[in-house]
Amino acid sequence: MEILPKLLSVNALIVAFLVVAVVTWISSVISVKILKGRVPGAAIAIIAGLILAFFGGKWTGGNKGISDVSGLAGFALLGSGMLRDFAVVATAMGSSLDEMKKTGWIGAISLLMGVFISFFPAVVIAFAFGYRDAISLTTIGAGACTFIVGPVTGAAIGADSSVIAISIAAGVFKSVFVTIFTAPLAKFIGLNNPQAAMAYGGLMGTTSGVTAGLAATDPKLVPYGAMTSTFATGVGCLLCPSICFFIIKFILGQ
Amino acid sequence: MVIYGVGLLAFCFLVGQFIGESLGRFLGIEANVGGVGFSMILLMICTDGLQKRGLLPVPTEQGILFWSTMYIPIIIAMSATQNVFAAFSQGFMALLVGVLPTLLLFLCIPVIIKLLSK
Repeated sequence: MEILPKLLSVNALIVAFLVVAVVTWISSVISVKILKGRVPGAAIAIIAGLILAFFGGKWTGGNKGISDVSGLAGFALLGSGMLRDFAVVATAMGSSLDEMKKTGWIGAISLLMGVFISFFPAVVIAFAFGYRDAISLTTIGAGACTFIVGPVTGAAIGADSSVIAISIAAGVFKSVFVTIFTAPLAKFIGLNNPQAAMAYGGLMGTTSGVTAGLAATDPKLVPYGAMTSTFATGVGCLLCPSICFFIIKFILGQ
Repeated sequence: MVIYGVGLLAFCFLVGQFIGESLGRFLGIEANVGGVGFSMILLMICTDGLQKRGLLPVPTEQGILFWSTMYIPIIIAMSATQNVFAAFSQGFMALLVGVLPTLLLFLCIPVIIKLLSK
């Protein structure tokens, strides 16, 4: 009777291959048969992944979604940052270096705009919810950049761990929101060419959200969005604990 | 051989990550700055150069293409390992902080594209 649990845990990565394949297949059937192709199969599969992650966290109390469920630990490796980045780099083959050079400066501008347009509105929201000290406000604002910028900034300026938890949660919400809403919003915002994808990647910043959102929109755009978003966490970690923190301290007179 | 393609990809990946980590260290921050971007540029330069010299046979290319097509399944697995439950248990403010500024960002994309076309 204990053959199966052992089999699943020894071959965790292979189990993850199988489960992802099944999720993909079910999603493509839903896409074609029920939704008549209006929502791409990849988008449904990614949303299914997020739902699985929710229940995985709820059932196990762990912090790595479905991979904390026994037998599904392989998801942690298959969905790791290492394999994600490896596959994202692979998508660069066949994309145009000239295209990227042409819009390099747009990428740079969008990165800066991305940090400030995430940070300051988030600070205003936190202020409205009663936060008054510069450290907490800055940490929560940083969380609106990406879920890495929040904790890095919080640790750098000495924020309370409950505030850091909020900043991580905000970053995860951003990533989920970008993942789900990129495809439906794409045609309204003109996200259908490499230049737009580079601007989008820099603005949104969240690499997980950007790469998943573009995968559901048009996989050809993935390398362009990834190219700029890979700089966003670094730029956020650079600006939030320094310039942004000083601006908030100055405004509050602290 | 397929493994040559995978090896080339791994080489570009590691060199790019090294540059990204070094840049982060240089700037004094605990983050990788643009590692994936540098890897991608390197891969594009390498494959382009090899192709022009006829040194990128189909099997080698397939070693890279395989990983590029595994990208969506990996993203699905990644979504399934996000800490979604914890995010929801942090409450309404975290949701607003994550979503409202992001809506603004979406609205900025057409503005930037307009700037670009001038």
